Amino acid sequence: MRARVLIRPKAGILDPQGVAVERALPALGFAGVGNVHIGRLIELDVEDPDQLQPMCEKLLANPLVEDYEVQLLDGSA
Amino acid sequence: MHAARRVGDAELIWHAERDLGGADAIVVPGGFSYGDYLRAGAIARFSPAMESVIAFARDGGLVLGICNGFQVLCEAHLLPGALLVNANLRFTSRQVGLEVLNSGGSFTRACALDERLSIPAKHAWGRYHADPDTLAAMDRAGQIVLRYAPGENFNGSLHDIAGVCNEAGNVFGMMPHPEHAVDQLTGGSADGLKIFESMRLTVEGAVV
Repeated sequence: MRARVLIRPKAGILDPQGVAVERALPALGFAGVGNVHIGRLIELDVEDPDQLQPMCEKLLANPLVEDYEVQLLDGSA
Repeated sequence: MHAARRVGDAELIWHAERDLGGADAIVVPGGFSYGDYLRAGAIARFSPAMESVIAFARDGGLVLGICNGFQVLCEAHLLPGALLVNANLRFTSRQVGLEVLNSGGSFTRACALDERLSIPAKHAWGRYHADPDTLAAMDRAGQIVLRYAPGENFNGSLHDIAGVCNEAGNVFGMMPHPEHAVDQLTGGSADGLKIFESMRLTVEGAVV
């Protein structure tokens, strides 16, 4: 099964990449942009989707500083 | 190796090895590991040698993590918190002033309380982070061992934290490189030697 894991910096933790992009956009004429946060996207095939959460806890994310969200993709995705 | 040999015998342990060779203390050095492709230290933490280091630390063995080694010890949950990308997003290499907040511990007993050390730091992922409750508990327990001196916190670490130990005090991590400050001529100071000297005193104290 194809799965997607979205990993984001936890709310309240300074995200300097997000801040840099947030500052750059108005300079390019894009007004009204706020709360930019940059995370990671991991897509993978897994035989046992139940392993996704322990994978995230152990390796894919650092739960101390990151939130993660697992999405299962159907075959057509 | 050079720094460790100033205070005792030292041998390299390859990451694929499990045998720590009966060492009195372990240094997990800096330098990038496994490309740090996912997060700094995240994959190195599962290397065979680290499995042995984790067991060694749980048995009370002295473990010092420097820079990437500090990141590895955090990823291994031997130390609280995590190290995030520098607030300015830049790799920075500079001499930094540090203050010793706990001079009674296994890694700083050769230092005086509030002593100021000058040690080089060189990293892009050195911004220390832990949640507020953890930070408060660490502060109470004397686990915040080294702090960047006023004006020296170039990476945005919370509470200006440069080095922390675990609750038991036998595992210590710091972002600056004490092993690169053991000769006045090349290290900007010889202050880093005090960390290794402290470890030697601790080991000898434990043996006696």
